[in-house]
Amino acid sequence: MLSLVAYTGASQFALAAAVAGGGNLIAGTASAVLLGSRNGLYGLRLAGLLGFRGPFRLLAALGITDESTAVALAQPAGGQTGRAAVRAGFLATFGSLYLTWNAGTLAGALGAGKLGSPGTFGLDVVGPAAFLALLWPRLRDGRTERTVALAGALIALAATPFCPPGLPIVLAAAAALGAALLPSAGTLPPAAQAALSPAGEAAPCGRADPAGTTGAAGDRPGR
Amino acid sequence: MSATWIAVLVTAVCCYGLKLAGLTVPPRWLAHPRAQRFAVLVPVALLAALIAVQAVGRGESLAADPARLAGLGAAAAALLLRAPFLVVILAAAGTAAALRALGVA
Repeated sequence: MLSLVAYTGASQFALAAAVAGGGNLIAGTASAVLLGSRNGLYGLRLAGLLGFRGPFRLLAALGITDESTAVALAQPAGGQTGRAAVRAGFLATFGSLYLTWNAGTLAGALGAGKLGSPGTFGLDVVGPAAFLALLWPRLRDGRTERTVALAGALIALAATPFCPPGLPIVLAAAAALGAALLPSAGTLPPAAQAALSPAGEAAPCGRADPAGTTGAAGDRPGR
Repeated sequence: MSATWIAVLVTAVCCYGLKLAGLTVPPRWLAHPRAQRFAVLVPVALLAALIAVQAVGRGESLAADPARLAGLGAAAAALLLRAPFLVVILAAAGTAAALRALGVA
């Protein structure tokens, strides 16, 4: 059910963990929805690039994931060919991933739990390695991107011991917010970078999101 | 309907609704340069966070797994050599699996 409609891995895992652990269902639902909020941000970015209208948009909305967004944004933008490439990348990723994802869910539900540890085949590295490959071209773009990536990683790591799984990822968006609110479009000074990560570290998780974002943005000179 | 199913339904509908909302807001909301910079930088921050957490995170704690880190290092090396996506993934998984099979890590 979650795989078919929500179709966003981290949120599904968060809720499944809450159910399996006998945890609080409301907290599980909240963190799952919070995790899904990044797909709304992806949608903001994709809307102009994809240019879908009407019923197509309803379907395309379902297809927004980390992966389809990353592939779509990796296409050369601009002009009619650019839009075609973005659409092709988005739809191809959506189609193939949606089928395999739900087939995998079905297989898991039917009791294929005897595969052994995924670590044996190094499958636990596939996720981060794929994300690294997706991030790589962005890191070449400039110093701001590299600083934001570093700050995002630091925030997420600092928050991990205090937060339910998944929330640190959302908090890392504060790094992007801080960089976007900088008055100059140029590079991030080291002091600003230092100001970013403690904002994520210092905040207890209950109110970490507003504290993290406002703190990271509020420390800026000249705002 | 059990509470679990209600939680499942709420999560499913909300997650889909957020995706649709992102696609449907008026384009002029994006016209602001800062909003555009934010939208461009958000995936960078989130991807970096995902890499970091998946590389050294284990649930709610941090634990360095040498084989996993070596696999990630292999992926970075492959990317430096401009290897295609599939090669990067295979290098990462293969390195981690080989190190574990040899009992090195």
